[in-house]
Amino acid sequence: MTKKKGFLDFVSESTFIHILLSIILGFLVGAAFLAVMGLSVGAAYGRLLNSVTSLKGFSYVVVYSVPYIVAGLSVAFSFKTGVFNIGAEGQFVVGSMAAAVVGILCGSLPKPLLIPLCFLAAMAAGALWGIIVGFLKTKWGINEVLSMIMFNWIAFYLSNFIAGIPAIKSEGSAEATKNISSNASMLFSKDFIKSVGLCPTANWGILVAILVMLLVWFIIEKTTLGYELKAVGYNKFAAEYGGINVNRSILTALAISGALGGLAGALQLMGMGSRISIFSSQEGFGFAGIVVALIGVSNPFGVFIAGLFYGALMYGGSKLNLVGAPTQLINVIVGTVVFFIAISVIFRRLKFLKKAPKAPPKPPVSADKKEVQGT
Amino acid sequence: MTNFWNSFGIILYATLIYSTPLLYAALGSCFSEVSGVVNIGIEGMMTAGAFTGTVVAYFTGNPWIGFLCGGLAGAFFGMLHAIATVNLGADQTIAGTAINMLGPGIVIMIAKVLFNSTDTIPLTASQKIPKLFSGVFDTTTVFGRFMDNVVANYASTYLVFLAVIVVWFVFYKTRFGLRLRACGEHPQACETLGINVIAMRFACVCISGFLAGLGGACVTMTVSTQFRPISIVGQGFIAIAAVIFGKFRPHGALIGCLLFGFCSGLKVVLGGSSGVNMHLISMIPYVVTVIVLVLFVGKSRVPAANGKPYIKAK
Repeated sequence: MTKKKGFLDFVSESTFIHILLSIILGFLVGAAFLAVMGLSVGAAYGRLLNSVTSLKGFSYVVVYSVPYIVAGLSVAFSFKTGVFNIGAEGQFVVGSMAAAVVGILCGSLPKPLLIPLCFLAAMAAGALWGIIVGFLKTKWGINEVLSMIMFNWIAFYLSNFIAGIPAIKSEGSAEATKNISSNASMLFSKDFIKSVGLCPTANWGILVAILVMLLVWFIIEKTTLGYELKAVGYNKFAAEYGGINVNRSILTALAISGALGGLAGALQLMGMGSRISIFSSQEGFGFAGIVVALIGVSNPFGVFIAGLFYGALMYGGSKLNLVGAPTQLINVIVGTVVFFIAISVIFRRLKFLKKAPKAPPKPPVSADKKEVQGT
Repeated sequence: MTNFWNSFGIILYATLIYSTPLLYAALGSCFSEVSGVVNIGIEGMMTAGAFTGTVVAYFTGNPWIGFLCGGLAGAFFGMLHAIATVNLGADQTIAGTAINMLGPGIVIMIAKVLFNSTDTIPLTASQKIPKLFSGVFDTTTVFGRFMDNVVANYASTYLVFLAVIVVWFVFYKTRFGLRLRACGEHPQACETLGINVIAMRFACVCISGFLAGLGGACVTMTVSTQFRPISIVGQGFIAIAAVIFGKFRPHGALIGCLLFGFCSGLKVVLGGSSGVNMHLISMIPYVVTVIVLVLFVGKSRVPAANGKPYIKAK
C-alpha cells in the first residue's frame, strides 16, 4: 500500500515526537503543580530558561551533563545487551574513588600520563564491579538485579571507608578526601575560563563524553562483538543455538557497561568534584543514568541529548528556589516525562482520531492467527 | 553473661525494627511480581506512604488513620503503575523508574507547602504507632531486660508477621492465590479459563502499592518520628532483593528480610563496641546477603511471564 503519510501518522509513529510530547506533558504537569501551590508558572519556568541559556549558564549545563551522559551510556549499553544495569550507581562510586586514589597518590605524575591513568583506574574498578555481578550470575545463577542492589551499597560503604584512610583523607576537618592533584584535573585554564566567561568548573569532560558516545555507537552497531551482545540480549537461547557463548557475552556486556559507569564517576570527580565526600546516602548518579538512558531510548546520540536535557534541568532546578519554587519540581517534571515515555503507546493510538477510510481494506487472512499472542 | 543477653536482646530488637518495613514492602513486591508485573517503583511508593502516614497522623492525632492513609498513598502510586503497565502495556521498568521519581518528588513538594520545609514536624508519643507489652516486664532482671527488648515492640511489627501468614494463606490456599500465581506464569492459559488477567494484575499491583505504603509509614511512625527526604533510602530496593532472595514466595521473603534485619542489628551492636571501622561494619548486611545467596539459596526462578505486558486477545 502506498499511502501518503498524514500528520497524525507522523505523530503516532515517530519515537522522537513521542519523547517531545512526553517532555511537553512533563512541563504541563509541573505547571499544574506550580499553579496549585499558588506560584507563578511564568516566573519559575522563566527562571529555569534564563539560568540555562546564558553562556555561563550553558557551560554549567554542559559540565553538569557529562557524568549523566556517560552514566546514561553505561545503562543504555546494558539495555541493548539485555541486562538491566541498575548497578551503575555502584560502578560510578567505585570508579570515582579509584580515580581519586590515583589522582591523590600519584599526583606528581605529569598531566598527560596521570589523566589517562585515572581513567583507566576508574574503568577497571567499574568493570570489576560489573564482572563480579556477571560472575555471580553466570556461575551461580544469582539474579543480577539483586546482586547489583547489594553491590551498590557495598561500593558506597567502601568509598566511605577509603575516604577515611589517613593517606587519602583530607588533612583538615572536612569529612572528605584530599583534593586530587591539579595534574589530574580536567579543568580549563583559569585565564581561558575568565576571558570567555565560562563557569569556574568548565572542563574537557564533554569531549570525552562525545568520544564515549561515538565508541558505544560503534561497538553496538559496527562490530561483531556488538552484534553478538545484541543477539544475546534479544534472545539468548537463539544466540546460543547460533554458536555464541552466552555466558562470555553477559560478562563482556557487564564489564563494558561497568567500565562506562566507572568512567562517569572519574569524569565527575576530575571535572567538577575534585574530591569525594563521606556521604550519608547514595548520590544517585547511576540512577540518574537509568533515567537518561530511558529518555534517550538507549540510542547513544539520544542519550547524549537526554543527558544535556537532564543536566539542564538539574542545574536550572537548583536555581528554582530563587523564585520560591521547590527544587523537587524537577523530579516531578522528569518523573512525568519518564512516565509518559513508558506509556507512549497512547500516542500511537492517536491514529484512531483520524476518520475511518471510506472502504476499509479487507484484513489479510492471517490476521486472526496473529491475534492470540500475549507477550 | 548479662552482657551477652543484653547484646542479644538488642540485636533481636534491631532485627525486628529493620525487618518490619522491609517485610511490608517485600510482601507487596511479592503480589506484583508473582502476578507478572515487575515493580521497581516500590521505593517511590514507600516514600509516599512514609510521608502521608506521618502527615495524617500529625493532623488527626490518630496513628492508625495515618498508617492506613500511608498505605492508601502507596496504593495510589500502585494504581498509576498498574494503569501504565497493566492497562496500557507500558515497559514495567520504565514505569517503575517514573514512580520512583514522582513519589518522592510530589510528597516533598507537598511537604514544602504544608510545613515550609522538606521535613515534617515530629510526631508526639501518642501520634506514633504504639508499642505493645511495654512496661510489662521487670527490666531490673536480665531476663526481664531481654524480654523488654524483644517482646515489647511496635504494634506494626506484630501486624506484619500476621500479614506474612495471611499472604501465605492467600497465595497457596485460596482460589485467588492460585489464579494470581497462574497469571504470572501463563496469562494466556488463564484467559482461556475465564480468568480476567487484566483485573487480577491491576488488583495485585494496587495491593503491592498499599503494602509498600504501609512499609514506608512504618519507617517514619515508629523509631523515627518524622518524614525527611532521606527517610526512605534504598529500603524499597532491598525489599525487592529480599523477594528475589526468597524465590518470589512470601515465606522466602520473610527469611530474606529477617536475615537482612539481623545483619543490620549486628551492625548496631558491633558498631558501638568493637574498634572496627564503621563503614566496613555497615557493609555486613549486603556482603552476607550475597554470600548466603551463593552458598545456600542459589538460583531464583522468576515467574515465567514476569515483566511481559499482557495484551488481551480480541
